[in-house]
Amino acid sequence: MSGFQIVQAGTAPNLPAPATPRNLPHRGGEANPSAAALKSKFGEAVTRVDVVWGETAVTIDAARARDIVRWLHDDEAQSYEYLVDVTAVEFRDRDQPMEMIWHLRSIKYRRFLRLKAQLPKGKPMRVPSVWPVYKAADWLERECYDMFGITFDGHPDLRRILMWEQYAEGFPLRKDFPLRGRFSRSEQLRQALAANPEARYSMEELSIADAFEELPKDMRARIRGGESTGE
Amino acid sequence: MGLTASPTSHLVSIDPANSDGWMTSRLDFLVNWGRANSLWPMPFGTACCAIEFMASAASKFDLARFGMERMGFSPRQADVLICAGRVPFKLAPVLRRIWQQMPQPKWAISMGACASTGGMFDTYAVTQGIDTIIPVDVYVPGCPPRPEALIYGIMMLQKKVMKERMNDPRSRNEMAPDPTSQLYIPPTLIDELSEPFGNSVQQTRSGM
Repeated sequence: MSGFQIVQAGTAPNLPAPATPRNLPHRGGEANPSAAALKSKFGEAVTRVDVVWGETAVTIDAARARDIVRWLHDDEAQSYEYLVDVTAVEFRDRDQPMEMIWHLRSIKYRRFLRLKAQLPKGKPMRVPSVWPVYKAADWLERECYDMFGITFDGHPDLRRILMWEQYAEGFPLRKDFPLRGRFSRSEQLRQALAANPEARYSMEELSIADAFEELPKDMRARIRGGESTGE
Repeated sequence: MGLTASPTSHLVSIDPANSDGWMTSRLDFLVNWGRANSLWPMPFGTACCAIEFMASAASKFDLARFGMERMGFSPRQADVLICAGRVPFKLAPVLRRIWQQMPQPKWAISMGACASTGGMFDTYAVTQGIDTIIPVDVYVPGCPPRPEALIYGIMMLQKKVMKERMNDPRSRNEMAPDPTSQLYIPPTLIDELSEPFGNSVQQTRSGM
């Protein structure tokens, strides 16, 4: 048998049954206990704790993000096993800096924690990647890079994920990005049609890489020779 | 569409006096009749229109009544490309390649507002009509079109197929894209086709 334990909903030891919270205040209320633990553990790196609609948002120093996330993941009393989302927000207010957002969930303690970090204006937007802690961050951080242009230090394969790799118009979710893109429609179409539909997959991404040794000899030779299309 | 023509058209005549079963007709009429009633669609479904397409193919609307028994997800064994749904720019080379892989004779139906014009997706990521990528024979409007609308579009295509003539090679001409830009219509025309209309003229976002 594997190490999995079947836990019926509401029967986890020492925890009340989960229920949808009702009549939550917009601001204030009971904070997630992890917020206080973070404050005592990391001190200066934790700058704010807000409770909004019953959810706790902890503002942290962007440079310490990986240490904090790693501690939240590893510490027995926190055990945030699940990285829900990595994203960013740019505000309408031009003076307000862009914010990185991490959503973490602890299945063990039924807790949800939102981490925020401000990315100061006029500096290169760099954040430590949380990929060494959560492998799930791989594509989430790639999407964040693709849409906002935020660089994740320590990410193993930081490249565009939704737009194609040769996409030259910028980062579409930035507020200064025009809704229709920067180029004319004909230029956008020309660039799109110039892309090789199969070139954006690397050997590592295709499952064919696993079966490489079992492929026919001539096919192996063609792939070794750098051929990427099946045509 | 049975193999009977109106008495005035003289497209098919069966000699009642001849007991050997001789029948005279025009060859292209017969060929077109065969083609129009056994179109093999290649569904290129990318969005909600594909759901309506599935409904059209299922038992209640039953595309098989129109000879479209066989859905081929292989472009090399298909006659009609039915593009159902929006086509983002990233999919444009894929759609182009699928079209090029289809053998002649071939036709294309653009199903729904997004495939025909980009629809509500007047954004950086979506092509403003697949007719900028491949030639289209029939546009089916709707968001999404009901199965009746798609079937009406298919019947229009069947009429178009019936009009083809052997001595007129124009309908068989493959439109070759420009070798450098890969566009088959001039860039100025693409820009004109993609002009915003209606409320989508409002370009700014968040007042910036």
